[in-house]
Amino acid sequence: MKVAHKKALFDPLFNDNPIASQVLGICSALAVTTKLETSVVMSLAVIAVLALSNFSISVIRNFIPPSIRIIVQLTIIASLVIVTDQVLQAFVFDISKQLSVFVGLIITNCIVMGRAEAYAMQNPPVDSFLDGIGNGLGYSLILLIVGFFRELLGAGKLFGYSVMPLVTEGGWYQPNGLMVLAPGAFFLIGIFIWLLRNFKPELRET
Amino acid sequence: MRILRTFLDKQAPLFESGGKLEKLFPLWEATDTLLYSPSSVNKGTLHVRDGLDLKRMMGVVVFGLLPIVFMAMLNVGRQAHMAIAAGALPLDNWQTGLFQTMGFQFTNALWPNFVHGAIYFLPIFLTCFAAGGAVEVLFSTVRKHEINEGFFVTGFLLPLTLPPTIPLWQVALGTIFGVFIGKEIFGGTGMNILNPALVSRAFLFFAYPAQISGDAPWIAANFVGVDGFSGATWLSRAAAGGMDAINGLGADAWRQAFIGFIPGSMGETSTLLCIVGALVIVAAQIGSWRTIVGLTLGTFAMSFLLNQVGSDTNVMFSLPFHWHIVLGGWAFGTVFMATDPVSSSFTDKGKWIYGFMTGVLVVLVRVVNPAYPEGMMLAILFMNMFAPLIDHFVVQANIKRRAARHEAVQ
Repeated sequence: MKVAHKKALFDPLFNDNPIASQVLGICSALAVTTKLETSVVMSLAVIAVLALSNFSISVIRNFIPPSIRIIVQLTIIASLVIVTDQVLQAFVFDISKQLSVFVGLIITNCIVMGRAEAYAMQNPPVDSFLDGIGNGLGYSLILLIVGFFRELLGAGKLFGYSVMPLVTEGGWYQPNGLMVLAPGAFFLIGIFIWLLRNFKPELRET
Repeated sequence: MRILRTFLDKQAPLFESGGKLEKLFPLWEATDTLLYSPSSVNKGTLHVRDGLDLKRMMGVVVFGLLPIVFMAMLNVGRQAHMAIAAGALPLDNWQTGLFQTMGFQFTNALWPNFVHGAIYFLPIFLTCFAAGGAVEVLFSTVRKHEINEGFFVTGFLLPLTLPPTIPLWQVALGTIFGVFIGKEIFGGTGMNILNPALVSRAFLFFAYPAQISGDAPWIAANFVGVDGFSGATWLSRAAAGGMDAINGLGADAWRQAFIGFIPGSMGETSTLLCIVGALVIVAAQIGSWRTIVGLTLGTFAMSFLLNQVGSDTNVMFSLPFHWHIVLGGWAFGTVFMATDPVSSSFTDKGKWIYGFMTGVLVVLVRVVNPAYPEGMMLAILFMNMFAPLIDHFVVQANIKRRAARHEAVQ
């Protein structure tokens, strides 16, 4: 694998994480992470949209007139999101219902637009495709970590299976209500960013 | 005492840089300076305005809090015994066991009340200190700075804002969260933007609402099913029934609420003793009278306004000012939380604005928000975040005014 490819694929995981470093796509990270299951499905959806949109935009990047490029990008992204939404409704209907509007809102996810503008418009298709996968993975990493802790601490479960039996069901674990609320996700993302910057001091702004 | 001094001095090389236990230097230093005033003096020319250091400052606040601590113990026992007299059962826990083993009866008298309350208060207090102290020591050791007394007051304030029946593990978890997220990650004592005790309380309030809100936790007795007895705080009774509920409490109710013999968080009930505490910290120039007066004015203005507006659907609109200040955590929050010199505004004008806005917000949350009967904690935390902004505008306005004056002279 070429160095550039490797960089495009793995940099967004820790060195340039879309949520932790670029601070994009926070809304969905708060909204869909109360359960691990929805986090996983949302991650896959975003990876698919991101990779395909980056690839398609990169293929036609030299034919897009700069003055209307945003509209062209949005058309491509919107079509991909609709396709993803239909696929989810066809195969995992329950989860698709739980994700509700948030699949549709991938269109407005800043990561997708951001990568199209910042990367796919200047780079060849394969690199862009890998960049899309990489950024999708970086986003998924946070979603999975946040989803893991929120479901575990907020409901005592993982993927819907009881890990720590709740007091209300005869067990010992008192669920933490804060984790079910959106601020719980903020705290977790904040702690993740803090730890990341402790291990990678070069990420600190000042 | 000479023996202790020589003993401490003998241990010093062990902890100083290069010694075997140098990592534990913060612990040794803390013990040493707590027992003796340090002999090291500043070098060079310094401007000393007051010989008050952080340790003595915290000591004054704790001195102002002491009457409230005793009141807390007295009232927790008193409320429990009144519930038991009305037909409630004692709680089935080790606290009750200990109380009976000590040979006390559940009678509503001074000593049984005090001891019963202490059995609930002291474990929460000690848990809070142990948990908070552990986080402090951990951070001082990692960051290699001295343990300071920042947690001392927080450790007193937090237990007083909790209900007597809260589980101890929740106290520990809340304290750790408050000291960690509320203070240490911002850089420790003096760097925090929020009041750490209130961060702890907010964490517990949202994480475990069943143990810190509603009608059940305020009285340490099992009163479920007792006819004509309610464990609800008077504030939530007012939220449910308005002035009718307040008037139904009896002619003497306001005086009782003012003195503090009402159910509620352990230290928040007595407005009278909070006024005493206010006198202490204002006289020592630790808490700002501007914040306190501003807050009172804000509460008065907003509650007066809402009284005038009136509402057919929301009974809280009619609650007058003199009831707002004796119910819930208003007095405690005003005197000991809002005046926190670190998290409130620094400028004199800023303190007026900060206090006034907090007062307005308290009433607004209490009256208009249907979810929470009490608004003191949320109002103070909210205004804590705006305190630096208020300071910024006050300073900018001053700069502008002086610049204009300068130009006028030229």
